[in-house]
Amino acid sequence: MATLLQVKNLTKSFGSVIANNDISFEVGAGEIVALLGENGAGKSTLVKSVFGLLRPDQGEIYIDGKQMAPGDTAGVIASGVGMVHQHFKLVPVMSVTENIILGDEPKNGIFINIKKAEQTVRALSEKFGLEVDPTAIIEDLPVGTQQRVEILKALSKDVRLLIFDEPTAVLTPQETDELILVIKNLASLGVGVIVITHKLREVMALADRVVVLREGKVVGTTTPKESNESGLAQMMVGRSVVLEVDKGVARPGKAVLSVKGLEVFDDRKLLAVKGVDLEVRSGEILGIAGVEGNGQRELVEAICGMRMREKGEVLVSGLPTKDMHPHAVHEAGVSHIPEDREKHGLVSSYSIADNLILNQFDQEPFARGWFRNMGATRENANLLVKKFDIRTTSAAALASSLSGGNKQKVVIARELSQDLQVLVAAQPTRGVDVGSIEFIHKQLIAARDKGAGVLLVSAELDEIISLSDRIAVMSGGKIVAIVDSKDADRNHIGRLMAGLKE
Amino acid sequence: MPVYIYLVIFVIAVAYSFNPVSTVAVAASSITFGLPLAMAAMVGIMCERTGVVNIGIEGTLLTSSFFGFFVAALSQNLIWGLLAAIASGAVTGLLLALLTVSWKMDQIIAGTIVNILATGLTSFFYKQGYSLPAIFPRWSIPGLSEIPFLGRVFFQSGPITYFGLILIFVLYFAIYRTPWGLRTRAVGEYPSSAETSGISVLKLKYTNVIIAGAFGGLTGAYLTLELVGSFDRGFSAGKGFTALAIMIFGRWNPIGALLAAIFFGFAQALANQLMIDGLVNIPGPFINMLPYVLTIVVLAFSAGKVRGPAAAGQPYEREQA
Amino acid sequence: MFIVKLVRAWITPLIALLIAFSIGAILMITQGADPMKAYQSLFTTAFTTQEGLAKTFGKATPLAISGLAVVIGLRAGLFNIGAQGQLISGALAAAWAGYAITGLPMIAHVPLCLLIGALFGSIVGYIAGALKAYRGIHEVITTIMLNSIVLQLAEYLSNGPLKEEGSIIARTPDILDSAKIGTVSGLPIGFLLSGLLALGVWWIFKKTTTGFRFETVGKNKNAAWYAGIAVKRNTVFAMVACGALAGFGGAVETLGVVGKFEPAFNQGLGFDGITIALLARANPLAVIPGAILFGGMRGAGPTMQFSAGVSPEIIDLILAIVLFFVTAPIISRVLKLKSDSNTQVTSGWGSN
Repeated sequence: MATLLQVKNLTKSFGSVIANNDISFEVGAGEIVALLGENGAGKSTLVKSVFGLLRPDQGEIYIDGKQMAPGDTAGVIASGVGMVHQHFKLVPVMSVTENIILGDEPKNGIFINIKKAEQTVRALSEKFGLEVDPTAIIEDLPVGTQQRVEILKALSKDVRLLIFDEPTAVLTPQETDELILVIKNLASLGVGVIVITHKLREVMALADRVVVLREGKVVGTTTPKESNESGLAQMMVGRSVVLEVDKGVARPGKAVLSVKGLEVFDDRKLLAVKGVDLEVRSGEILGIAGVEGNGQRELVEAICGMRMREKGEVLVSGLPTKDMHPHAVHEAGVSHIPEDREKHGLVSSYSIADNLILNQFDQEPFARGWFRNMGATRENANLLVKKFDIRTTSAAALASSLSGGNKQKVVIARELSQDLQVLVAAQPTRGVDVGSIEFIHKQLIAARDKGAGVLLVSAELDEIISLSDRIAVMSGGKIVAIVDSKDADRNHIGRLMAGLKE
Repeated sequence: MPVYIYLVIFVIAVAYSFNPVSTVAVAASSITFGLPLAMAAMVGIMCERTGVVNIGIEGTLLTSSFFGFFVAALSQNLIWGLLAAIASGAVTGLLLALLTVSWKMDQIIAGTIVNILATGLTSFFYKQGYSLPAIFPRWSIPGLSEIPFLGRVFFQSGPITYFGLILIFVLYFAIYRTPWGLRTRAVGEYPSSAETSGISVLKLKYTNVIIAGAFGGLTGAYLTLELVGSFDRGFSAGKGFTALAIMIFGRWNPIGALLAAIFFGFAQALANQLMIDGLVNIPGPFINMLPYVLTIVVLAFSAGKVRGPAAAGQPYEREQA
Repeated sequence: MFIVKLVRAWITPLIALLIAFSIGAILMITQGADPMKAYQSLFTTAFTTQEGLAKTFGKATPLAISGLAVVIGLRAGLFNIGAQGQLISGALAAAWAGYAITGLPMIAHVPLCLLIGALFGSIVGYIAGALKAYRGIHEVITTIMLNSIVLQLAEYLSNGPLKEEGSIIARTPDILDSAKIGTVSGLPIGFLLSGLLALGVWWIFKKTTTGFRFETVGKNKNAAWYAGIAVKRNTVFAMVACGALAGFGGAVETLGVVGKFEPAFNQGLGFDGITIALLARANPLAVIPGAILFGGMRGAGPTMQFSAGVSPEIIDLILAIVLFFVTAPIISRVLKLKSDSNTQVTSGWGSN
């Protein structure tokens, strides 16, 4: 088997953080290698160096035995390497064809030959069995189709080595299975494949070889035959990981959050939430399972008063809450851990202390009328930093100096330190290291045990299943089923997520 | 769209039948006033399509008119002046690119710096008592200039006018039909997509901003060497900012901007003509105010609903690809 | 520790000034003038002579106030280039109130005129703020346009309906004595007022909920919305505050220095306010020394012509160079200083 890619002693640092530490590995033609590691292990950094998007500090990269110059994306592409990115690199306002030909446009004199381009796209689409409409505009397409365009773009260049970066993050279990078939097909055609993932299930199903990264180093290489999911998990994390959360028994009480007949538009004025009824009782965790893009974000934003409710109402302990008024909803007892913490949850250039009172800055004791009480703000900050184990030199440090996990802890500390009846947590562990994930899970359960009703939205099905007391499946803007978690069947839920009747 | 065109033609025809002289004067002035605005808008379009917001167009215009005038006056040669104007415009483009692309400054502040530097420079080095040998002559295109109305309006203009108009059309085709245009638009919408396609985002931004600066230089040359024939402090009088409004009104499309600019030119020409013909008596300051008020009004009705290139205004961070 | 912080904060502006003066000196030499003589006469006139000092503070007052107006905007994420127009509208309105409203004692007349000045300034600010908040138009364009519009209006009014009887040049009648502001132990009251205002602005941002709202909106609109801050209303409010402050400044200028309104008097103020604000790194307290420096240079500029034959326009250039070196991250790179949080005022043209 010919060696397509050889990485030798690759090292890359960002400031004082060593993202890749003396990494070496190989990929051969027709081989599927899984790069496994948790968030922050250095997988993305590694392949970005291979692809020329980053310049490594040390090390060599050989493709087909030829050494590649660092940072030479065009050269890497010309050598037959393609990449399917986790966050698609497609221009939303341009067409499928325009995106695919970008950088390598077929010409007619000095103009682009758009007809030829469209023909090429159609031919590609047929060859690999990935159906797309060449004239469609990217932002009008569903996410699964967009990924097809991203894959076709990589395949359009006579590719011999294809890199997939977390390809299944936005797919239903069924779409994931389809993708696995596509990848296996490519391998059988002699294409070398690298799949970056942190999902153990996929690794077992897909890989010929598994390279495990932890904190920037290669800690081991194995194959699915020689290992299993918990073995891989242990290699990923370095200690035995409890894959299940010990959550004790729930004692649900009255409904604290009621959603009735809610309809919400998305940013493009299309109906994203198509009539949702929900109830969360005090002392329970209701998890919403679903692939991203099925209306969860709009649902959460509407509940928290951050997006207009076209129809329907949201009640907290029986009292209706105001529309388009996040503060009023907050005052009614709803705490919100937002999905995009940089956008909504924090002001990076503020101190940690100020962030910890971000949505209470004008209330006692942090302000008396017009005047802010800096002393109370400081005290509160010191208290919370200790209680929630936020790793920082001081509470006066800027929020931007914190790691992702610690930033999330700031948000959680703030939200959980207030009296709450309802906690809405949207993707609470996204981009967070495993140690902090365990901590955050414990906090969610603690909130539940104190009597709050927790609405948990997460794209990680395992997280939903292990934390929730009841699971609602959201697909196509509707709640298609609600089950008790002890009756939950992973496959069943997966099919519901995909829109199948069962 | 066609409805508007018919309407315009109808109105022109009616006005022409009433008062041919004034109508022709207004139409011709619309082009003369509007062209520099359109060309300045091209500067804005080229920069923003590549993701760089350019508030410094005013500074580019000021600098290039200054150099165009003084070099032409000192050498008594208009061509040298033209070249100096274009070159100095390109230099302001280089400066803006340096500030925004390499040093990643806030683009509005960077543009303001270009303006302030231009004002300071031209104000200090300005000296009275210079004059041009002439201004660029008007070329009447044989045959076409004989056509009633259209001939006088379009085909009896100076060389920069012709060249500028042609360039506007060239830019239109370039943006929408060529590989360069596709790549530029990709960089202005979502630079990562270009970077991962093997395109050098930095190189493209620099190139476009510098060429845009040169275009601005051509505009400055037009103002002093073809239109007015002189120069003094504060010469560009806000045209660089009006150009931004025109760019937005024209939806970042060269032809759209051209039409918007002609509309602005028309408003001003009409007001002037009504004064000259004695039909209305508006005090001077209000006439002077007209372009500024119009800018605000136009923006108030169009800015909120439009979507410019999505990545305009954001400094490109390479490692984030 | 505090000393280190102080030095860190001031070192870039100081070096920028040094570089700018050096470049100015080089230019002077190429013109055959003696830079030392020029600078010497400039600074001694501005800061040591009685007349010069008066002029320095006289010029510094409107500069400080327009600088503060820009600073408020910057802190709220807005780039208010319209301080000049807002100032002029306040100056004109106060001049009118100064002569048109009769029969009031000074203790009522002066505050009334100042208030009217602030009011008209805030109207101009409101227009820009509302256009930004509700139509998404960037305030850079609207404020510059408004500047020009206000200038033209002021010229029309002072040359027409509000013109002094029998005057050849465009100007309004003298204000009544009851409206005049004088000096206190040599310092014009106007300047003292601007110092108080600077303190006030600093305190508002540091210690009040209003300041917190402005800053949060300026730094992260989405987080501000999430935190329950009415973003649009605060944007408008910030621009109104800028306008009111600038209008107040114009009124102070009229009542304390000029005594009437002449359209020619305030040309060129516009960009200086921005330079001062950026030089001061949007810190209200640092605006005062900046304004004094600029006021001195502008006021005593003409003496450079007398003593060294250097045209005062070189100050335009020097200040422009100062601005360049303060905002462009050259000095901080060379000195390997940590770049402080960059002022961000760019936002899209649409409503986002």
